[in-house]
Formats: sequence, structure tokens, C-alpha cells
Amino acid sequence: MLYSETVMDHFTHPRNVGVIEDADGVGEAGNPVCGDIMKIYLKVKDDVITDVKFITFGCGSAIASSSMATELIKGKPVSEALKLTNKAVAEALDGLPAYKMHCSVLAEEAIRAALKDYYEKKGLPFDEAGSLATQAATVPAAEDKIKKENQTQAE
Amino acid sequence: MNVYADNAATTKMSRTAINAMLPYLDECYGNPSSLYWLGQQAAEALQNAREKAARCLGCEPGEITFTSGGSEADNQAITSAAALGEKKGKKHIISTAFEHHAVLHTLKKLQKQGFDVTLLDVHKNGIVSAGEVEAAIRPDTCLVTVMYANNEIGSIEPIAEIGRVCRRKGVLFHTDAVQAAGHLPIDVKLQNIDMLSLSAHKFHGPKGVGLLYARKGIALTSLIEGGAQERGKRAGTENIAGIAAMAAALEESTAHLEENARSVSALRDRLIEGLSGIPHSILNGDRTQRLPGNVNFCFEGIDGESLLLLLDQQGICASSGSACTSGSLEPSHVLLAIGRPPEIAHGSLRLSLCEWNTPEQIDYMLEQIPQVVTYLRGMSPVWRDLQEGKKHYVIQ
Repeated sequence: MLYSETVMDHFTHPRNVGVIEDADGVGEAGNPVCGDIMKIYLKVKDDVITDVKFITFGCGSAIASSSMATELIKGKPVSEALKLTNKAVAEALDGLPAYKMHCSVLAEEAIRAALKDYYEKKGLPFDEAGSLATQAATVPAAEDKIKKENQTQAE
Repeated sequence: MNVYADNAATTKMSRTAINAMLPYLDECYGNPSSLYWLGQQAAEALQNAREKAARCLGCEPGEITFTSGGSEADNQAITSAAALGEKKGKKHIISTAFEHHAVLHTLKKLQKQGFDVTLLDVHKNGIVSAGEVEAAIRPDTCLVTVMYANNEIGSIEPIAEIGRVCRRKGVLFHTDAVQAAGHLPIDVKLQNIDMLSLSAHKFHGPKGVGLLYARKGIALTSLIEGGAQERGKRAGTENIAGIAAMAAALEESTAHLEENARSVSALRDRLIEGLSGIPHSILNGDRTQRLPGNVNFCFEGIDGESLLLLLDQQGICASSGSACTSGSLEPSHVLLAIGRPPEIAHGSLRLSLCEWNTPEQIDYMLEQIPQVVTYLRGMSPVWRDLQEGKKHYVIQ
């Protein structure tokens, strides 16, 4: 089996699918050329994520990663959501195949983008809350690392 | 309902093929290289299979080398032709952009060894013309290798015409007939084919066995060194059971080729017609110059892997040229070669039928596939942008 039971469960019964028309923050990650796009919508009240929805174009693990990531941040304070890592998403899914790890990275990126949008809409500096500068730098680095791992595996 | 619609990946073995292989897994276990009766019984089976296969291809038994499958046959054909070319200082090879990786990766290896490779455009319909092949031939061309029919989009290449051009120009012509054998007519003499590869499991034979036809006088390079099996061109004790079953399956499918093509293409056409009704979908490959069992569509706004996983939940076994199904991040090189943009190539579905599929199964797929496409589009941000007019449809 390519995917764990948890991945298949979240793929076939995705949680939090949909859009929030009056969202407090919207974020997108990925592009159609590489085959995955995730869009995350947040509703925030008193710095707590009261609702979150997603729509995703992509493979089974992209949909499952979106579903799991939204579950992990729903009802959590914004500060905690900012700490969500791709590793945590993958672990909660009981693992992803190595060449699918980028799906969990996209989930992390999309959520961070939605949080950034929330901060910007509120006129708050994003840096202070989430130290974006360091995180933004780690995300592409993580992707590079995954790419390298994949290449090694393929060879 | 369960539907196996991935016959281009592999097929279920026929009863004839299973029966043909059983004795060689059981009492007739001799090694064909042995002198005693048990070995000679196996040697006889090997010879019978070689004669049977030769009759199906229109060649001499001595022109057939049994291999482990289509990939090995492709590798050996190209490597051999390159070695022959190199001796004469000819280091140019012509092929197409959408060959199987067994061909493309061998060519890439040769490029590293100083060979010049021209990959011809296959156009929107996935067909290269003999005229284009002729125009690409140079004084230093040692090989033209063009597949008989494409494994993903099913388009059929004009191999008899290409064969004629190559023969006239004195260039060796190899065709990867893995998808064609047992489904389309083959006569290597009539079609001027110098080398041809095929694989047993694509026509109800077993996996792990194939063959390479090479016209008498074409010296093959061994890929596997060892004993003198297969006239010293392919070492290793022969897979007698597999070879006997392959010959039986090839004989059976060749005998029923026309009637199977008729019935299977009728199912194919119903499926194509039905799926064309899905908005913003497009058929990949030529509408008429097409393998009897091949259906391949792109659906805008969704990913092929999700589609396959959901179809699997409904009992439908299919395949896709989506990157995610192949373990790489690149979408199908075949769909890119016919000009589909990557974002469209990701949303492809291949259904490949055989004579054992039923009209009821076609109806079932036509009921399920549109539902799954609609469901996935419902959660796709790409589809949403298209619907809201923020992006333009690529497929009208």
C-alpha cells in the first residue's frame, strides 16, 4: 500500500473542505505546473482559529495533508498554529512516502500564508508574532532537502 | 462492480497460456542444455515456442532471441545497432520524443558515449510521419527506433512506411511493439522491420518474458554474459515455462486479432464518446489511428492520482500520466510531447480495455468517472478560479 490508513482516511473523508467567504485570512501554496495547489481559509476570534477550510488541487497525499493540517490548527491559538511544521503534519498522517513529503511542506506553507494574510489584514507586523524571516528561510530549504533526498532515492 | 481497465499495464493470463506453461513448472523441468531426455524435452519445447512465435511475426525461428521482457529487448536492440553503427563511424540515432523509457534511457546512455540522438516531434495527435523520419536521416545515421503504438495515448505509428524509408536509405529500423503485439498485425518482412521487441504479459502471457526479433545478419550485442544460450546472445538458463506460455498467448491473440480488435474498439468508442461529455475534457492521442483498447483523457482542474485512488474505491483499476503516480514530480513525458501543458498533463486518466471487458463495465465506468471528476473539481482551487473567470480554460 502506497499510503498509510490515516492518509487514506483523510483522503477519502477529508475534513474541513470548503471555502470561507468572509475569511480573516486566506493563504495559497504551490502551483498547478508542479501539480499541487492548496488554499486555506481562516476564521479567527480573540487570536484563536475558530474555523478553517481548505480546497486543494493535487494528489491523494496533498488532499490528506491539507485535511490533517487544518485539523491540527482548528481551535488553536494563532501563535500555536504558526509553529505547525510539515513534519508534524506528516507524522500525524502516520508518515508519507519520501517523494510525497513536499505535500506536507505545502500544507505548512499554505497555513503560514493564511496567517500572514490575517496579520496583514489586522495591520500587525507578521515578523513579531511568528518570526517570519527565519521560518520563510527554512521552508524552501526544507523543500531543497526533500528534493535532494528524492534524488538520492531515485538513483 | 470490479473493472480491470489497465490492460496496457499488464493483462490477466489466458487459460491457453497457463496450460502451456504448467508442464514446464511440473514434470518437464529439464534444462534445455542437457543431453538426456528430460533436457531434450525442454529443448524441444523451446524450439516449438520459437517456431510458433516466428510464424506469428513472419520471420525465421533463428531470428528470435528470448529475453526477460520488452525492456531488455529494447535495450539489446538499440545497444546492438549502436555497436554496429560505431564500427562504421555512424553515431546518429533517430527516435521520437514519446518512446517508452526503456528506449529513451538507453538513448540517453548512448548520448553520454558520444552518440547524437534526434528525437522527432510527435505532433498533437501523437503520430510521426515517414517523411519526417526520412528528412532526419543523415549519412551517419545507424538506427531509427520508433514504437509501433504508444503505451499511454495509444496512437499507432506508420511503421510500414517508416520501415520502407529506412530500408531504402540502408538504415536499421527497430520498433518497440510491446503495446502492439497481439493487438495489431505484425509481419516483419512486409513492414520492413529489422528489429522488434515485444513482451508476453501485454497479450495475456506471463510477466518476465519477452523477445527480440532481429533480422538474420544483424549481430546482437550480449547484455548478459555467461553460457551460450540463445546462440550466445543472451546467457542464462531459458525461462521455458514463460517462453512456452508467451508463444501460446501470441498464437492465440494473433489468431483472434481481427475479431478482438473489432469488439474491443467498439467498447473503446463508447467509452470515448461518453467521457467526451464531461466538460473541459479532451481525448489524448489520435481518434482513429489508435490501439483498439486505449482510452486516454485529460480533465482540467484535477489531479490524476486523486482520480485513480477514488476510482479504485469504486472498484475501477485504471492508470494516469500524473507525476504523482510514477514516483517523480514530472508529469508524463508522453503528454508533454503532444503539447499538453504540465497542469493539464497532471489530470490524465488512461483506461485500457481488452476482449474480456463487458458493455456493463463500460456503463459502470461512464457512471462513476463523471461523478468522481465533479467531486474532485468541487474541492479544487484551480477549478474554482476557472469557474470564477480568474483563469482561462486550457481545454474548451
